[in-house]
Amino acid sequence: MSDMNQQMAARYKNNFLKEVEAQVEMGEWVKMCMQCGVCAGSCPTNFHPGWEHPPQEIFMMIRAGKREEVLTSPSMWMCTSCYNCYVRCPRKLPITHIMHGLAEYAYQLGVAPKFQPTQHLSKTFWDNCTKTGRVNEVKLTQTLYFRDGLMAGIKQGLAMKDVALGLVKAKRLNLMEALGFGHKCKDIKGIHAMLAKARELEAKRKGRQPA
Amino acid sequence: MARKEYAFYPGCSSQKGASASNYLTSVESMCKTLDIKMTEIPDWNCCGASISYAEAGELPRHVMNARNFALAEQNLPGQDILATCAACWLGARESKERLEHSDVLMADTNEALKEAGLNIKVIPEVRHMVEVLIEDLGYDELKKPVKKPLEGMKFAGYVGCQTNRPFGIHGESFENPVYLDKLIETVGGEAVPYDQKVTCCGGALAFSEPDKAQAQIRDIIESAYDNGAEMIVTPCPLCQANVEVYQGSINKKYGTKFNIPVLYYSQLMTLAYGGSAKEAALDGNVIRARKLEEFAGR
Repeated sequence: MSDMNQQMAARYKNNFLKEVEAQVEMGEWVKMCMQCGVCAGSCPTNFHPGWEHPPQEIFMMIRAGKREEVLTSPSMWMCTSCYNCYVRCPRKLPITHIMHGLAEYAYQLGVAPKFQPTQHLSKTFWDNCTKTGRVNEVKLTQTLYFRDGLMAGIKQGLAMKDVALGLVKAKRLNLMEALGFGHKCKDIKGIHAMLAKARELEAKRKGRQPA
Repeated sequence: MARKEYAFYPGCSSQKGASASNYLTSVESMCKTLDIKMTEIPDWNCCGASISYAEAGELPRHVMNARNFALAEQNLPGQDILATCAACWLGARESKERLEHSDVLMADTNEALKEAGLNIKVIPEVRHMVEVLIEDLGYDELKKPVKKPLEGMKFAGYVGCQTNRPFGIHGESFENPVYLDKLIETVGGEAVPYDQKVTCCGGALAFSEPDKAQAQIRDIIESAYDNGAEMIVTPCPLCQANVEVYQGSINKKYGTKFNIPVLYYSQLMTLAYGGSAKEAALDGNVIRARKLEEFAGR
């Protein structure tokens, strides 16, 4: 267990609902769920099948205090941000944001599943776009493919070479971006300072140790 | 002076050489005909997209969008922000809504923005290109410049998620939005009814969970074919890329023979307004729309 995880579990004294309400984005909505299951039936990933626990189960588990089961579940990481559950929920729960919020909290506590591919994508994407203020698509793809080492990356790259060649031919993939040429903001320094401040303020407001 | 002016937020994917650069080219051609002036927000930054939620947390995400609001307000006062990308629009609108509903978030945001020498007083309206076309101009105005209607061509209007949910285009239903069909009809094409119009393409999970995303993409394409569509049309850069570029992988996996072009509404409009294949950026499609290339040459 990470330090922050222990600290948070102690702070909320096994009242996991209260913890979610205080720490998770839009967590105060969880208690509004009436267990109808429309979210589960609306999730595109759920059909294929992706979820260990669909959203309404997660909500009930939170109320039942199943802290570890919820935070370590891969379920929330299956969200594609399609907002279908969000617009269909009869109680108007912002389910998409609650799923993102739970995933974020579990990740910050260090208890989310290890080597979860969407978690890796989230970090890769944010690091990539905040480095220069704009996404470098070539470097984004490289980082994703080479996650499991050089050979795996080459294999993955070869499997996807037709896709990449098609995009290069259509002038929609600029290989010069790999060398650092490409799009960036002018005030990168300002962006970094602003984001550092935002992280500090958020950690303070939520009573979390700064990362 | 142009008929309408906006603070333009092109987003990362629309830049030159990026995955949706053909979207930008065709939007520029379309806007030239419609006399819409777009001035790029100086030094705009990435919205963070939906997928950055885990690493970014809440405030840093809003602050990224807030920087664009501040730059727009400062440099292009009084103009609405206009986004072409569905995710940019959604991310920015979400941040606007959250900041306007929370004094705490707004105060924190301004404190962070100070580090970049910026601040927000009033957040401009954040509009998507199709909203502007439909609400500020209207279908009748969009029809007027049509010189070459796309007669006899059948399109599946693939709306997808993020221009449709959670905000959507005003007056449209989440389950069966008709704005894209109406845009297709406005330029003389036929919009085929099909049942996967608002199915998710997998979004960013096309990268991290390719099997699941490709199963969804297969359903969308299959339904378009089954209902007689010759081409798919979409308003979203990620929908366009996902539905277009994985057709080869899906064919290998499922033994299908998909080879259907996936276009932007702005490409159809540019062609119907008499634009060339180059102005419509048809060379930017990985699966070439031969029928439209011939049409443009006529």
